[in-house]
Amino acid sequence: MLRERYINILILAGLVLIPAYAYFAEEPFTITLATRAVIFALAGVGLNLALGQGGLVSFGHAAYFGMGGYAMGILASHAQNYEPIMEVPFLIEGTNSMPVIWLVAIVMSALLALVIGALSLRTSGVYFIMVTLAFGQMFYYFTISWPAYGGEDGLSIYVRNQFPGLNTLDPIQFFGICFVILLAVLFLVDRINKSPFGLALNGAHQQEERALTVGINVYRVRLVAFVISGAITGLAGALFADLNRFVSPTMFSWQISGEIMIFIILGGVARLFGPVAGAALYIVLEHFLGGLSEYWFIYLGAILLFVVLFAKGGIIGGLSKKETGRAG
Amino acid sequence: MPDSILKVSNIEKSFGALKASDGISLDLVPGEIHALIGPNGAGKSTLIKQIAGGLKPDAGSVQFLGHEITGMSTAQRARLGLGRTFQISALAMGFTVLENAVLGAVGQSGSVFRFFKPAMKDAALLARARSALDRVNLRDYENVVTSELSHGQRRQLEVAVALTLAPKAFLMDEPMAGMGGEGSKTLTNFLQELKHEAPILLVEHDMDAVFACADRISVLVYGKIIATGSVEEIRAHPEVRVAYLGEEDAA
Repeated sequence: MLRERYINILILAGLVLIPAYAYFAEEPFTITLATRAVIFALAGVGLNLALGQGGLVSFGHAAYFGMGGYAMGILASHAQNYEPIMEVPFLIEGTNSMPVIWLVAIVMSALLALVIGALSLRTSGVYFIMVTLAFGQMFYYFTISWPAYGGEDGLSIYVRNQFPGLNTLDPIQFFGICFVILLAVLFLVDRINKSPFGLALNGAHQQEERALTVGINVYRVRLVAFVISGAITGLAGALFADLNRFVSPTMFSWQISGEIMIFIILGGVARLFGPVAGAALYIVLEHFLGGLSEYWFIYLGAILLFVVLFAKGGIIGGLSKKETGRAG
Repeated sequence: MPDSILKVSNIEKSFGALKASDGISLDLVPGEIHALIGPNGAGKSTLIKQIAGGLKPDAGSVQFLGHEITGMSTAQRARLGLGRTFQISALAMGFTVLENAVLGAVGQSGSVFRFFKPAMKDAALLARARSALDRVNLRDYENVVTSELSHGQRRQLEVAVALTLAPKAFLMDEPMAGMGGEGSKTLTNFLQELKHEAPILLVEHDMDAVFACADRISVLVYGKIIATGSVEEIRAHPEVRVAYLGEEDAA
């Protein structure tokens, strides 16, 4: 347990030191890579609450990632074109303020998770995986065929959105924003995991019948966890869109759902820092292996197989020599 | 006879052509252990699910403490005070013993939707969980991961988790299953004590244990209760001897 904590601190230190070094060495591209890792980690932390703690294998978290992305894209594109989003019955204007965009992204993806969760949590096992996947794909095809916001080509936002008092176009400052958000969410999720709610969620994952017979409404617990999970992943989507200054239907694609899941499996399912370690490793592999070959996914596949077969509990589980976290 | 705590009236449940519950009525009065016995396939599990929740009867009703609970969910019935233990231990194996007990306390206290205060630092939850563990002598094992407990200890923990609910009635599905003679005896003694707090509906295969501790016995055969009575009455009942105890005894 103690050892896992040291590993977590090391991971965070790495995530701070690498961009700090890059800043002084004037390698902005490395900072951007680190920012990408932090944002992917955030998306993974969101999914891990449902998947790791709750055992809800959602294969459709791209829906919330994309929802967050389009929340940013739509608000910012209206702001940059000086067109209100709607005038009747009341005026809603676009905005380029990050905090407002984050709030909208969180609320929209939470609402979406509420609807998708309410329906898909009536199923379980493989059916749950398929239903969540289907919802994700629905949004993918919807955005492709919706011409208002670029359709298949996506939407470009020319200037990064604003955060009071900071220059968001400076890579290190934008990295700082994302990193602080990740820390805050990690703190929040850690509290949730340890709370009575987290105990109930994890208990229902391990033994649903038991949770029911001590009077826990398992469906409702799972739905709430699913909504929180979707909201976090949605926030990551908004940041990802801001990082790229571009939104496209790809954010909704099932590959994104799969990648978010890969971060968790690589790093360690149900471990607080699992997705952080996984996303960081993924970015490193994508960068170095991707530089070697276009077909780097085949190496990623081999590494994933190795982790699943030989390092139960992912990287963190393998290093801390503890097979499973509390969650099992 | 005092008012019954749990009352099952004319329950019917069919799966296709199979009548798993064929007009079952039984009740549970304060201070008693009411044992339900019956050969394999008699419909014991089906009956239990209809009492505990999870399976809705086709007809008939289940009443608990005067409430009509036939249409209620498992969780709602538990919150009314129906404590349950399972035939095959249904515990969170990755949790410690204490965490399992706290899970019961969380359900009981209705504190499920609290997100910030750590459950394992909540004095009220811990006190309730520990007092339940004390009663089954598992307090010394509270930090042991449940999967490392012996079979008998898991059975004890099952009972402890049910105890955290401070139930008004217990529904125990083969609590002695797989326990050694000694453990079985200890548990029987414990149940004798427990029944004064809340009556117990006991489904049990171990005939010696049933005859040793039950106040009343109901015999279920092919979805019907063919006899209800005291230990002596059931022992002497001709139909029961044929159907359940084996014909060679009857001869």
